[in-house]
Amino acid sequence: MIEKNLVIIGGGPAGLAAAVAAVDEGERDILILERDAVLGGILNQCIHNGFGLHTFKEELTGPEYSARYVRQVEERKIEAKLDTMVIDLSKERVVTAINETDGLIQIQAKAVILAMGCRERPRGALNIPGARPAGIFSAGTAQRFVNIEGYMPGREIVILGSGDIGLIMARRLTLEGAKVRMVCEIMPYSGGLKRNIVQCLDDYGIPLRLSHTVTKIHGKDRVEGVSVAAVDENRLPIPGTEEFVPCDTLLLSVGLIPENELSRKAGVAISQKTQGAVVDESLETSVPGIFAAGNVLHVHDLVDHVSTEAELAGKNAVRFIRGLDKGPAVVMVETGFGVRYTVPSTIHPAAATSITTIRFRTDNVYKDAYLTVLLDGERVQHLKKRILTPGEMEEVLIPAKWLLTRPGLQKITIRVDKE
Amino acid sequence: MSEKKELTCIGCPMGCQMEVTMENGVIRSISGATCKKGEIYAAKEVVDPRRIITSIIPVDGGIYAMAPVKTATDIPKDAIRRCMECLKTIRVGAPVSIGQVIVADLGGTGVALIATRDIPKR
Repeated sequence: MIEKNLVIIGGGPAGLAAAVAAVDEGERDILILERDAVLGGILNQCIHNGFGLHTFKEELTGPEYSARYVRQVEERKIEAKLDTMVIDLSKERVVTAINETDGLIQIQAKAVILAMGCRERPRGALNIPGARPAGIFSAGTAQRFVNIEGYMPGREIVILGSGDIGLIMARRLTLEGAKVRMVCEIMPYSGGLKRNIVQCLDDYGIPLRLSHTVTKIHGKDRVEGVSVAAVDENRLPIPGTEEFVPCDTLLLSVGLIPENELSRKAGVAISQKTQGAVVDESLETSVPGIFAAGNVLHVHDLVDHVSTEAELAGKNAVRFIRGLDKGPAVVMVETGFGVRYTVPSTIHPAAATSITTIRFRTDNVYKDAYLTVLLDGERVQHLKKRILTPGEMEEVLIPAKWLLTRPGLQKITIRVDKE
Repeated sequence: MSEKKELTCIGCPMGCQMEVTMENGVIRSISGATCKKGEIYAAKEVVDPRRIITSIIPVDGGIYAMAPVKTATDIPKDAIRRCMECLKTIRVGAPVSIGQVIVADLGGTGVALIATRDIPKR
């Protein structure tokens, strides 16, 4: 069995940033395992601009953003095995992987960082009636076909779901000559960024139909059209509002799910809300020495945040390898009104850095509301927010002094207050 | 001559619906914005809307069929169609390197088209 101090599963933005940070923390014995033939992950197909405003203070395309991290990985001579699929992970941190040159390999790691990213929710999860004709794609699959392989998925397109990938693809396909008839969103608001709605839909006159969904897919061999209907407040189609929209292609942009099959095999506790691991302030999961960062932990809107989160996981994995003790005290992070989840969900005050970032999403759109932080019921922060929306990840910063000046602290509550 | 233009702010998730009143090409008033950032965006967007265009071009002999490209800076919004037509006529041979100038002046905009990814030879 091969022995490694740190094994990173996944060579996308999270894995690359974690690897760079681990080296900069002084660790040299690192291996990245990546199933694709190149590093960079999904960014390679995200050819649009808008990445890196936080990390690099300039606007980059996806391939440019990933190239900067790949260069940092190469400069540090970090070992990476490409075309390598990890098939098992044990709670003792034994990683089993396969590739064409090594065959089956097993690696005993002192620490593991999960950086596998997420995958798209498929048609099967939506139960849309109809046959199984050609012409139904997830938005990300279509993105790969167009941007990397150079194939158009179709000519007349309806997009279900207004997530950012769907919006970005509406523009891409329009620029490449397709007719995007509409984007349907079952919710009364879009989960995509406002900038994408304006620059991907409004710029090209593509209608966004809020509170609408696809109720049927027509066609046997190839998609011939879809039925679109308005939905009520319970998201159920309203009879009589159905309309036939001819198209040859349906793209689905209906949510992303962290890819945690390996985490589950290792016995990592998974949150029902994020579908990612439950972690503490160091991004360590319920299994000692196994850390998680990026979209495998919770789905992010901005890759910049993935990078900073993964750097934290990289640093903390190195501290674990060196035997850092986090101390016995644990503070719970509780979700109050309006907050769907938080990452992390526990904090060890003795191990917390000067500032602990708690990232979270709200469960609805709140305007002119307050973001409140309570320490065992004592209000320590009450910040006015003009808008909070589930589509944009929020964060609160917890200074270490809040924790250290309150020995015996039990819980931190994050909640939305109307006043 | 007075003219009204409607637009949605992209500054934050509020997405304020704004209305700009113009007279002979000069902004007279901006309504609907709830912060200064929105007014600044609206003032620029109605007078000179610009976008960076990203797309792909075919590569001969590369490990991938297509190379991603972008305009080096933003171009006028009304030049997008013309530039996309120009893009359809462009091919490039591998290797392509990130930052490489593919076309010095895309569609008469004076803006270069550059590659955004390394595509090594097959």
